[in-house]
Amino acid sequence: MAEEVVLLDFWPSMFGVRVRIVLVEKGIEYEYREEDLRNKSSLLLQMNPVHKQIPVLIQNGKPVCESSIIVQYIDEVWHDKAPLLPSDPYQRAQARFWVDFIDKKLYNPSRRIWSTKGEELEAAKKEFIEVLKVLEEQLKDKPFFGGETFGYVDVCLIGYYCWFYAYETFGNFSIEAECPQIIAWAKRCTQKESVSKSLPDGKKVFGFVQELRKKFVVD
Amino acid sequence: MSEEVKLHGAWASPLSYRVIWALKLKGIAYEYVEEDLSNKSALLLHYNPIHKKIPVLVHTGKPICESMIIIEYIEEMWPHTPLLPTDPYDRAISRFWIKFVEDKALPILGRMFNTMGGELEKAIKESLEILEIVEEHGLEDNKYFNGETIGMVDIAFGSILYWLGVNEEVLGVKLLEPHKFPRLHEWFQSFQEVPVIKENLPDRDNVVAFFKRRRETLEATAA
Repeated sequence: MAEEVVLLDFWPSMFGVRVRIVLVEKGIEYEYREEDLRNKSSLLLQMNPVHKQIPVLIQNGKPVCESSIIVQYIDEVWHDKAPLLPSDPYQRAQARFWVDFIDKKLYNPSRRIWSTKGEELEAAKKEFIEVLKVLEEQLKDKPFFGGETFGYVDVCLIGYYCWFYAYETFGNFSIEAECPQIIAWAKRCTQKESVSKSLPDGKKVFGFVQELRKKFVVD
Repeated sequence: MSEEVKLHGAWASPLSYRVIWALKLKGIAYEYVEEDLSNKSALLLHYNPIHKKIPVLVHTGKPICESMIIIEYIEEMWPHTPLLPTDPYDRAISRFWIKFVEDKALPILGRMFNTMGGELEKAIKESLEILEIVEEHGLEDNKYFNGETIGMVDIAFGSILYWLGVNEEVLGVKLLEPHKFPRLHEWFQSFQEVPVIKENLPDRDNVVAFFKRRRETLEATAA
């Protein structure tokens, strides 16, 4: 299929990472375009007028927005390679439930870990760990959330891993000490080419967050 | 077999009705279990330990939670009378609007109801902005979001607008004005005329009275 696929993204975004991973999993050729979120391109504003956010997948000029929706879209169109969602409807509902859980519960406390201090930071850490512990329990002794193979839930969670170093440094805690199975799972994911190619380096993300944090916290 | 499908819901909840509408549109027999949200059943907590909320659909003993995820499950198990388009791109657009309703419109409904004074004014302003976005970007020239027949986006948004109407009565405000939101208003009128929707709504007086009482309690404790 001679299709033009463009991804509007921002390198540290844990949501953009989801799409990058899936594009590699499916072997899809695409053009990556880095967006400066302080100076958004007219293309981004045109392609995502409602949210004005990345990631946006553009296929033959038509935009798909929202990372979890983009992932499902790619999985449906390029369905013959590396399926991400289970084929059984009940399992699919469970996968959607957990991605919805991640989207609703993880982002907010994770953001507060690097953008607050004192009591607020401690509360954010506690909430963050609680969410990871629920996910850890869900994982149990499976290699991936998808079971034997890397799937939709794994794709949607792994993007947070490159931010862990930043959370640990600003939060002064060890995620591995609290949730060892999550770290073991994350390391297993990074063995996959699609993940190692798509996940930015944790120290680089830390540097980015360090700069960003200055706007929120006076140390 | 009706015992195969059970819905745990609450009579005054918009999310409960979404699932009822989907089941009725597809003609799926089910058993309805009313949950008292101030005294949740052990069964509900067992079926939804993470969020402890309704609605929960139980199919052959297996629970599915979150209203729009439940409806997508129903859509896949019972594909007749489709509620989503078949084309992957059109499905992605539908999912985008469902997510918009869930992330932006639904929380604002709660915020409007639960706040007073300056916070309430802010919530009303945000609600109007959300209506403007849907008016401008969401509705194309089709009769419904799903085309000629209602689908998941209509169900998602329709439930919010109906309960927005309840909020408007309780709070004495008017947001969905026809001259401000002509397309949305027309769509909503058509939506409410769909027989399955019309026949499956809570008693208006009861639901307004219910929320009025709750609002009065809120205002009394805030004062």
